[in-house]
Amino acid sequence: MIEWIHPSLVLIAGALAIPLVRGRLRQIWMVALPALVLTLVLFMEPGHYGQISFLGLDLVTGRVDSLSLVFAYVFGIILVIGAIYALHVDDWIQHTAAFIYAASALGVVLAGDLVTLYVFWELMVVSSVWLIWRRRNPVSYNAGFRYLLVHALGGMLLLVGIIVYYLTTGSIGFDRIETGSAAFYLILVAFMINAAVPPLHAWLTDAYPEATVTGAIFLSALTTKTAVYTLIRGYPGTELLVWLGAIMALYGVVYAVLSNDIRRLLAYHIVSQVGYMVAGVGIGTTLALNGAASHAFTHILYKSLLFMGAGAVIHMTGRSKLTELGGLYRWMPWTFVLYMIGGFSISAFPLFSGFVSKTMVVEAAAADYRAWIFLMLMMASAGTFLHTGLKLPWFTFLGKDSGLRPREAPLNMLVAMGMAAFLCIFIGVFPGTLYALLPDPVDYNAYTAGHILKELQLLLFTGLGFVILLKHVGGEPKISLDTDWFYRRLGVDVARALTNGITDIDRAIRGRVNGLLGQAMASIRQKHGRDGRLARSWPTGSMALWTAVVLVVLLFAGIWRG
Amino acid sequence: MGKILEYLVARHRILSRIMLVIMALLVVADFMREPAYIRFAWDGIGGFAALYGFVSCVLIIVISKALGYGLLYKPEDYYREDAGDQTGEAESDD
Repeated sequence: MIEWIHPSLVLIAGALAIPLVRGRLRQIWMVALPALVLTLVLFMEPGHYGQISFLGLDLVTGRVDSLSLVFAYVFGIILVIGAIYALHVDDWIQHTAAFIYAASALGVVLAGDLVTLYVFWELMVVSSVWLIWRRRNPVSYNAGFRYLLVHALGGMLLLVGIIVYYLTTGSIGFDRIETGSAAFYLILVAFMINAAVPPLHAWLTDAYPEATVTGAIFLSALTTKTAVYTLIRGYPGTELLVWLGAIMALYGVVYAVLSNDIRRLLAYHIVSQVGYMVAGVGIGTTLALNGAASHAFTHILYKSLLFMGAGAVIHMTGRSKLTELGGLYRWMPWTFVLYMIGGFSISAFPLFSGFVSKTMVVEAAAADYRAWIFLMLMMASAGTFLHTGLKLPWFTFLGKDSGLRPREAPLNMLVAMGMAAFLCIFIGVFPGTLYALLPDPVDYNAYTAGHILKELQLLLFTGLGFVILLKHVGGEPKISLDTDWFYRRLGVDVARALTNGITDIDRAIRGRVNGLLGQAMASIRQKHGRDGRLARSWPTGSMALWTAVVLVVLLFAGIWRG
Repeated sequence: MGKILEYLVARHRILSRIMLVIMALLVVADFMREPAYIRFAWDGIGGFAALYGFVSCVLIIVISKALGYGLLYKPEDYYREDAGDQTGEAESDD
């Protein structure tokens, strides 16, 4: 009996078989393989597995403990849901890429050392970019390249950080990073890039809305949450993260107001929600870390549900802008209702999953007497409901009729959404099932009268504000600048200005040198040219004259001496 | 499902009234209730969360839109990718 099979290897091997099968057989395989991997994950027992000695480094490819398990479980679940959602797509590149991407995300959370982590970290990037490129249009192609470049930078920082870490500590084990060396910040920044912490977040909101409808589900679930895992593992209690997290939570909200593309709005709310987790990591108490882990778990489920709902709308209507949508509830009622379950979950309504995890982080901030952080997170909660729970569904499904008459989304999409929606409600109603999975024992009850009263007041009065300001909250056919401006516009302009500058200087120098050369040539020509003084041919007459002169001189000289 | 939604949408007037009553009751309940703990200055102020939710909502919309109009909003073709023309001269920013 083999003691340990790495689920990532099973998934990668299985993914490589996808191109070999077609039609119904591929669809069966696409459900069976994730189900198998989820089963493997569910049966994992805590311990260290897959230890390999490589080039003198002791690698631990499988560290199973309570923290890695929380993430592994939810990655396994979302793999199954995402695969079902993508069943109708006939594109083996996308499916293979999605599965390898999920396998690498699993590989990261199971990695017990930094080298294994790095390998899976990079594999995540090169596999996930195909989920953007396979939208097969120039916009996605360019967005994919920018995504790749930012992550290439992040990967490089991580690698340098790991090398410095190894040189200063002599270890490659991945636990809490405690070193005064540069490695601390190098690795932290690499993790922060993947966690989409502003100003390093623009790759996400730039690329995710341009991904394929089905690929975006995997993207929304995996990259940022592996980063949250690595932050919980490596940087608990880092004060900087408390503030960055709270700023993130509000940053995403502000940009969500300005977003017109429905998936860009949702992408900004990934930034916002991951802000709660990052703040939780920074606060670093048991309650806060549990909150961060549980919020990652519920977030993956409701955010994928929201992306599936938005994706279904895009799939059926071909439109993605709030200004072009509206009134779809009649035609896509199931999509609408399932989306709303995701909307209530992310907004943290009681009986929905976000309530039992988000309030944990907020409570941790309060229990730590951090008034400003508490207020910022509460404000972001209001903003979350405002956009994801009110603005997006209102202008997509309700509001004015856009004249679109789409059919309901395909069955496989609805089934996948139904599974995610079921889990959102299940966790909301039975939070104990989630709390039992968390890294530390949970001494927290979300359903106190105080919590429920506070949350309901906050959300419902946000709703009142929305209704009053309804005229002003709609999408506008514009884009909003974000930090990607620096490399999409400023960088391009600087490069163009440099090119022009260099061309001008080059031209000026060439002109000058050519002028000098021309002058020199003219002067040489003047002296040595055909008509030049030194090259002139003399007429024979003058030659005879001069010969006569010489002869006369000689004659007189001879007479003189004679 | 579609029929249920139609039914609810047709009765949005009465539903929104019910919602307002619920909201009022929540605030009243918050005034009656003793806070479980006093950590911050606002703990124990009845209806604080309601007020904060409403103010947050308005602030978020006003500040974000101001930022949008003042600084961040650009025409959709600002990065000019759809046209496939990335070498042309920079256009005016407004």
